Amino acid sequence: MTLASILIQLLNGLAAAASLFLVSAGLSLIFGVTRIVNFAHGSLYMLGLYGAYSLIEFFGRTPLGFWGAVVLSALAVGLVGILIEVLVLRRIYRAPELFQLLATFAVVLVIKDIALFTWGAEDLVGPRAPGLSMAVEIMGRRIPAYDLLLIAIGPVVLGLVWLLLTRTRWGALVRAATQDREMVGALGVDQAKLFTSVFFVGSVLAGLGGALQIPREPANLELDLAIIADAFVVTVVGGLGSIGGAFLAAIIIGVAKAFCIGIGTVTWFGFEVSFSKLTLVVEFLIMALVLVVRPYGLLGKPQAAQRAAEPAPRLQVPSWTFALVWLVLLALVPLAADRYTTILLTDIVCFALFSVSLHFIMGPAGMVSFGHAAYFGIGAYAAGLLMKRFGLPMEAALLLAPLVAGLFAIVYGWFCVRLSGVYLAMLTLAFAQISWSIVFQWDSVTGGSNGVFGIWPSGWLADKTAYYYLALVLCGAGIVFLWRVLFSPFGYALRAGRDSPLRAEAIGIDLRGFQWAAFVLVGALAGLAGAVYAFSKGSISPSSISIAQSTDGLIMVLLGGVETLTGPVVGAAIFTWLRDVVARNTEFWRAVMGGVILLIVLLFPQGLVGGLKALVARWREQRA
Amino acid sequence: MLTRNRLLAGTAALVALSLVGPAAAQAPIKIGELNSYKVFPAFLEPYKKGIELAVEEVNAAGGVLGRKIEVVSRDDNGNPGDAVRVAEELLSREGAAFLIGTFPSHVGLAVADFAKQRKVLFIAAEPLTDKIVWDQGNAYTFRLRTSTYMQTAMLIPDAVKLKKKRWAIVYPNYEYGQSATAAFKKLLKEKQPDVEFVAEQATPLGKIDAGAVTQALADAKPDAIFSSLFGPDLAKFVREGQTRGLFKGVEVFNLLAGEPEYLDPLKEESPEGWYVTGYPWSELKTPEHTKFLNAYQAKFKDYPRLGSVVGYATVMSAAEAIKKAGSLDQDKLVAAMSGLKLITPFGMIEYRPIDHQSTMGAYVGQIGVKDGKGYMKNWRFVDGKDALPSDADVQKMRPKN
Repeated sequence: MTLASILIQLLNGLAAAASLFLVSAGLSLIFGVTRIVNFAHGSLYMLGLYGAYSLIEFFGRTPLGFWGAVVLSALAVGLVGILIEVLVLRRIYRAPELFQLLATFAVVLVIKDIALFTWGAEDLVGPRAPGLSMAVEIMGRRIPAYDLLLIAIGPVVLGLVWLLLTRTRWGALVRAATQDREMVGALGVDQAKLFTSVFFVGSVLAGLGGALQIPREPANLELDLAIIADAFVVTVVGGLGSIGGAFLAAIIIGVAKAFCIGIGTVTWFGFEVSFSKLTLVVEFLIMALVLVVRPYGLLGKPQAAQRAAEPAPRLQVPSWTFALVWLVLLALVPLAADRYTTILLTDIVCFALFSVSLHFIMGPAGMVSFGHAAYFGIGAYAAGLLMKRFGLPMEAALLLAPLVAGLFAIVYGWFCVRLSGVYLAMLTLAFAQISWSIVFQWDSVTGGSNGVFGIWPSGWLADKTAYYYLALVLCGAGIVFLWRVLFSPFGYALRAGRDSPLRAEAIGIDLRGFQWAAFVLVGALAGLAGAVYAFSKGSISPSSISIAQSTDGLIMVLLGGVETLTGPVVGAAIFTWLRDVVARNTEFWRAVMGGVILLIVLLFPQGLVGGLKALVARWREQRA
Repeated sequence: MLTRNRLLAGTAALVALSLVGPAAAQAPIKIGELNSYKVFPAFLEPYKKGIELAVEEVNAAGGVLGRKIEVVSRDDNGNPGDAVRVAEELLSREGAAFLIGTFPSHVGLAVADFAKQRKVLFIAAEPLTDKIVWDQGNAYTFRLRTSTYMQTAMLIPDAVKLKKKRWAIVYPNYEYGQSATAAFKKLLKEKQPDVEFVAEQATPLGKIDAGAVTQALADAKPDAIFSSLFGPDLAKFVREGQTRGLFKGVEVFNLLAGEPEYLDPLKEESPEGWYVTGYPWSELKTPEHTKFLNAYQAKFKDYPRLGSVVGYATVMSAAEAIKKAGSLDQDKLVAAMSGLKLITPFGMIEYRPIDHQSTMGAYVGQIGVKDGKGYMKNWRFVDGKDALPSDADVQKMRPKN
C-alpha cells in the first residue's frame, strides 16, 4: 500500500464508522439505563433507511427534501421506539433478566414483515445527497464528498450526546440510572418516563444512523441483522454505557475493516494470506482480543452490582413418575403418529438438549452465552468430519463428537469465565463467530459455505423411528444427567456463585474452576445434541454454528422460562413446533411467529412453564 | 324409444364418465416445493408467480395423467437443516410425488443429498453451484438453471476479445462467488495465457465495504474487472465505483447483473457498457417467450423477472417429466427426466443424461441506460449446451453411481 492509499483507506474506515457509531451509541444508551439487550435496534436502523427513502421520494430530491427526510425519518423511528417501549417492554421490566430479549426478538420478526409488506421485496437504491454527489480529489484519489461529511457528523453527534448527558438534568438522570437504577427509582424519579425518553433518544440515533446511509446503502430487508451484531460488538468493545468508548470502538472496527480490504492478498513465506476474507470476522477478533485484555471494554467500568429484585426461585426436580410418564408417551409416539411426527420430534429432542445445556449455564450457573451454537455446531461438524474424513464408523463419530466440542469448550471457557454479565456473553459470541468463520472458509476440510454432505446414520439406524429412539435415549440421558448435576454439590456451588460470588469464594469454593468445568460440561452436551442433529439431517452446514442458531437457543430457554428446569424443554418443543406450523400456512409467517411470541411474552412474563406454575400456585392459594 | 343408437350413445357416455369421472375426481398430483422465500424475497416472489402461472396452464390443458397438479410450497428459512425437515414433511405428510425448488447452494446441495438418500426425484430450480451436478452430483438430482460455470463461460469470449492483461476480481465470499472466480480464472487463462490477476477481493455477502473495496481495486490499476456481486452489494459497488471513477477506462464483467431483479433497482445509475448475463425480457420476440410474457402480464399486471422464468420452467419440467414417465414411480420419473426435452420461455432445453444439467441458456450483453432505466443492449442468446465443458471433463468430475 502506498501512503496515498493508506490515507484514503483511513478515510473510508472513518466514513464507515460514522453510522456504526450512531447506531451503537443508541444501543449503549438504552442498555445502560434499561439493561435491555435490544435485538430490535437493527430493525430501527433499517426503518430509518426505508423511511428516508420514502420521504425523499415524497419531498423531492432537493437539499431541503433530502435533509428534511433524514431528520424526519430519524424522528419517526424515535416514535416507533416509544411504541415498542410503551406497548411491549414496559410490561415486562420485572421479568427475569434477559427476558426482554425475547420480546425484542419478536419485534424484529414483526418489523421485518411490515417492511416487506410496505416497501416490497426489491432493493431500494436511494438518491445521492443533493449537492454532495461528487467526489473530492485527495492525493490523486477520489473520495465521495458525502463520506467526508459523514466523517464530520460522527464527532458532532458525539459532542451533542455528551452535552446532553453532562449538561442537562435528563442527562444526569440517565447517568445515574446507568450506574444504579434502583437508587434512582428510590429517589423518586419516574422511571417509566425516563425509560421511554431514553428509548426515544436511542431509537432516534439508530434511525439517524440508518437515514444517513441512504446515499451509500440500498434499503433492503437484510439490514437489520447485518448491523445488529456489529452494533453489539462496538458497544461492548467500547464499554457498555460509554458513548466515547462506542465512538472509539466504531473507528477501530471501521478502520480495521478498511485496511483488511486495502491490504488484500499478500504472500508471506510462500503462503497466500487473503486479508480481504478476514472482513468476515475481523470485528469479532477485535472484540475477543479487547475483552481478554480489558474485561470491561476499552472505556467501560465494572458494572454496578445489581440488587436482584427477588432471588431466583428454588428449582424443582420433576418427579420420577412425571418423567416416566413423559418418557413412555414419547416412546409410544411412533406407534401412533405418522412418519413426519417422528422426524419433527427428533428435531425437538435435539433442540431440547441444546436448550437445556444452554439453560444450565445461563440459568443456575449465571453465565449467559450468546454463542452456544459454537458447541452445537462443532459437535455436528466433528461428527460429520470424523466419519467422512477419518472414516470412523458412524457410532464412534457420534460418541466422540461431544468430546471434541468439550475440548473447544475447555479453550473458550477458560477465557470466558474471567468475565461476567454481558461481556461474558459477548465473548462467547466472539468465539462462536470465529469458529463459524473458520468453518465457513476452510473449504478443503469443512466444505466451506456448503458444508459436509452424505453423513447418514448406519444401516440399523436408517429407519427414522429407530433413529428417533436413539435421539430420545441420548438426548434424554443428557438432559437427565444435567438436571442431576444441578442437585449435586457441584450444582449447588454454581448457584452459590451466581447468587453471591463473594460469599461463595469466602467459603472456599473455587468459583472460576467450577464455572470452567460447567462450560466444558455443557459444551460437550451441546456437542452431543449437534452430533445427533447432524446424522438426522444427513448434512451439516455453517448455519448450525451461526448467530441464528445461538439465538434460537436463547429464544427456546426464555420462551419456556429460565427459572424452571422443564422450561427449556417446553420452549424447544413449542418453538420448533410453532415454526413448523406457522411457516407452513402463512405468507407473512415471520410476523405471525413474532406476534405469537409477543403474546406469550405479555401473558407469561416468566416464560410458559414459569407462568403456568405461577397460575397453579395462585389457584392452590385461593382454594386453601 | 330406446334405439340402438341411443343405447350405444348412452353406453359410450357411461364408459366415458367412468373413465373421466373418477379420474377428474381424483386428488391432484402434489409436487413438493421448498425455497428460502423470506431470505431472498427479491428473486423468489416473482419465482412464486412463475410457479402459479405454470400450474394454471398445466391444469387448463387437462393436467397430467388425467389429474390436476398442485404445487405445495414451504419456506426452508435458508437453512439446510430446516430444508431437509420440510422436504421430509412434503414427502411423508403431504404425499408429494417428488421435490422441486431451492435457491442458495448449501440448501440445494443438502436437499440433493437428501433426495439421493430418500431415492426421490429432485429438480433443483435455482442453485447455481456447479457441485450439484458435478462433484456432488447424484442419480436423483437434476438442475434447471444455467450454472455458475456456464454463465461464466458465456462471458469468456467477450473477455478474450478485449485482450486486457490486468484483471481485478471481486466476489461475494461463499460458494457461488468462489466458484465463479475459480471458473473465470481458469477459463481466461486457457484462452489468454499472459493474463494477470492483480487483485482479488472477497466480500462478506450483503455486507460489502464498497468504498474500501473500490479503492483497493483502483490501487491495483486493473484494465478490467470481473465481478460476481449481486443485490445490495452490487448496488453499493456500482455507486462507489462511479463516484470514485473506478470504472473509467476499465471494462467490467458482472455475472447476473443483467437480471431485472438486480438491474432494475439501479435505475439511472445502471453502469453503461458492463458485460453481463441477464434477461432482457422486454426485447425478446420469440413465440415461446411472447406467449409466456403475455400470460404473465395478463395474470399479474407486472413484468416477469428472471425468477418468474425459473419458477415457470421448473414446474413445466416437472409436469413434462410426469407425462413422459406415465407414472409417479421414482425410477420411472428419474429415467424420464434424463434426456427430457421441453420448450421453456428461453426455448428448447434438455436435461442432459450425462450430468442431469439442463441446457437452459442465458442472455449475454451489455448494460445500457434509457429513460432513467437500465436495460440490456447488444445482447445475444447463448444456448446452455455451448457453455458446458467436454463430456470427458464432466465424467471426470461427476462421481459414478
